[in-house]
Amino acid sequence: MKLGFSPADEAFRAECADWLQDQMAVPFADIRGIANLCDAIPRRKEWEQQLAAHRWSCIGWPEEWGGRGATLAQQVIFAEEYARAGAPNRINHIGVELAGPTILAFGTQAQKAKYLPGIAGGTQIWCQGFSEPNAGSDLANVRTRARRDGEEWVVNGQKVWTSLAHYSDMIFVIARSEEGSKGPKGLSFLLLDVDQPGIEVRPIRQMNGEAEFNETFLTDARCPADAMLGAAGEGWKVAMGLLAFERGVSTLGQQMQFRNELDAVIAAARANGQANDPVIRQRIAGAEIGLRLMRYGALRMLSNTDLAKIDGAALTYKIQWATWRRDLGELAMDVLGQAGEIAAGDHYAWAPLPNMYLFSRSDTIYGGTNQIQRNLIAERGLGLPREPRGDL
Amino acid sequence: MEFAFTSEQGMIAETVRGFFAENATSDRTRAAMAGEGIDRDLWSAFATELGLAGIGLPEDHGGAGLGMVELAIVAEAAGAQVAALPLLGHGMVGQAIARGGSDLQKAQWLPRLAAGELICTAAWEPQVSIGDGRLSGTLNFLPHGASADLLLVHAGGDAWLVELKGAGIAVQRHVTMDQTRPLATVTLDHAAATKLEDGAAAIAGALAAGWICLAAEALGGAQETLDRTVGYARERVQFGRPVGSFQAYKHRLADMMIEIEQARSAVYWAACAVDEGSDEAPLALHAAKAFCADTFQMCAGNMIQLHGGIGFTWEHDAHLFFKRARSILTLLGDGPWHREQVARMVLGAAA
Repeated sequence: MKLGFSPADEAFRAECADWLQDQMAVPFADIRGIANLCDAIPRRKEWEQQLAAHRWSCIGWPEEWGGRGATLAQQVIFAEEYARAGAPNRINHIGVELAGPTILAFGTQAQKAKYLPGIAGGTQIWCQGFSEPNAGSDLANVRTRARRDGEEWVVNGQKVWTSLAHYSDMIFVIARSEEGSKGPKGLSFLLLDVDQPGIEVRPIRQMNGEAEFNETFLTDARCPADAMLGAAGEGWKVAMGLLAFERGVSTLGQQMQFRNELDAVIAAARANGQANDPVIRQRIAGAEIGLRLMRYGALRMLSNTDLAKIDGAALTYKIQWATWRRDLGELAMDVLGQAGEIAAGDHYAWAPLPNMYLFSRSDTIYGGTNQIQRNLIAERGLGLPREPRGDL
Repeated sequence: MEFAFTSEQGMIAETVRGFFAENATSDRTRAAMAGEGIDRDLWSAFATELGLAGIGLPEDHGGAGLGMVELAIVAEAAGAQVAALPLLGHGMVGQAIARGGSDLQKAQWLPRLAAGELICTAAWEPQVSIGDGRLSGTLNFLPHGASADLLLVHAGGDAWLVELKGAGIAVQRHVTMDQTRPLATVTLDHAAATKLEDGAAAIAGALAAGWICLAAEALGGAQETLDRTVGYARERVQFGRPVGSFQAYKHRLADMMIEIEQARSAVYWAACAVDEGSDEAPLALHAAKAFCADTFQMCAGNMIQLHGGIGFTWEHDAHLFFKRARSILTLLGDGPWHREQVARMVLGAAA
């Protein structure tokens, strides 16, 4: 058991820190520190391409596909230095962290050659089409249909909560390709161009006033027959493989964002004197401890190289961070007081901390609600009997 | 960077888990509870057969030369069975001498500690006066204090060892809620004491070992309450279903696992940080002690609730965990105190 980094790792840290800080100092200073996924999209696409040009866009991927085959320690270091430099949130994290690793794991050589360069190169932004109006927590209840028409698949249905679909180039969906099938059987995993007549994207305005999520309507949307990952009818397996990548190294970058948010709460408490309040002090200490434990939980999870075994740290990670951030939102508002409930301008638009307070209510819902997480932990982690399934 | 047990650490963990599960049985622990709160045969087997009393002590003084990670592995396994052993005082005094003792002091004490010949205890925030190298004062809440041979006191920035069988010492044993770690009051009246060479290093070593020991015991205890309750949840049938199939029940078990996984990260983060001399060590120690104690309290309380009436009986072991959790919460600084130490690191002192 060892937490320290080797001299070679520290040299790697210096290399990526220098490069990132140079980039954020001048060429990309205008997008420094952007955390949301709505603003300055064209410039952030340029940033993705700049990362790619210097081989920093997907360092954990194999070298032949544009990565560096980076070790775990190097990926940890890059995530830390990326945030320390104030580089903006990655607009293509779904491509780099989810679609790419899934294609690497399940794709044919031809599929890798077709899709991976666009992701590694920062030219193709991806979004995720899993949830539907009647397939949220019960994800296997997907009703979107796919039928074969000659050399193409034709897809009809509705997806919802497709974050970033309004500027994505590609979408992956799970759709029912075997008529009459139910549950996880008979689903297929398809890769579609977003820019086609059969796909319509409508933004959903969220409770914080922003619109990062969308409804996506598929009406005779088409993709080539070979745009399917895995075999027809085995899409559930691919989808579950993808969800495992959600718990990967990307969590470390997310944690650096949380670090910045907690630092903002601490700065606010110092500025308005709440830092002297004993109850606030206890809560800030609790948040600090929770964030540190999140980091070491992630390092335990990533140090587990036995991928066949989902360990406890991995299984509990989602509910842990989601609950931590929701609590941080409440703490932020208690620190700010009523001033936090007043917007700065004439629009319903919020400063980062009040915005985080509102947005964090989605953290305990998307990607599996806290209640679903507890079911998964109890059933997969503790081996308790499954909830009986209803027939309605 | 590799935040997982080495194969050697994995083997130690397996050995100690097996040892305590086989030997620190409920019957033996209860027999110790009726007496001084120490299973002397278990302590002797632990020290001589396994040779683990010296696990964190230097090799040239009879120890195994390992670190806080290995100490935590042992304490976790002992805590899982609520073993009636004087590990806390032993760890604290051993580290105080190993880190702050002169070569002579190490040679005098450490081989005897490594052999398990001495029962040790340590005082938290004592009020003592020093005159002519002798200590006077009343020391409260000493774990296993009535059985102890050797007492560690920090006073006036120095660390002192007091042999409790000497003159000018009165020991009062207390009936204590956690009978596996009974507390005692020791009154010193110009008692002879030995000053350790480097007081600051001795105190820092003792506190680090004490906090890690308590946090790791709490982790082991919390995991065991979860495992035992899961076993019950699968077998106990009500309304025609195993009670563990009801969400109201399984979600409480899931909540236990969520906290326990964080507690595990906390213990081994703190232990690693101390072993590697990391700047994060002070924060990690406070975090581990506060978080793991809270986790154990929550889990042990849930164990009683989820077992229903049987969990409230003397016969069932749930109360052993519950009472141990209570004692860990208060020993060596309670949760609010540790969180305030973290707050000072993050926010500075309150105005």
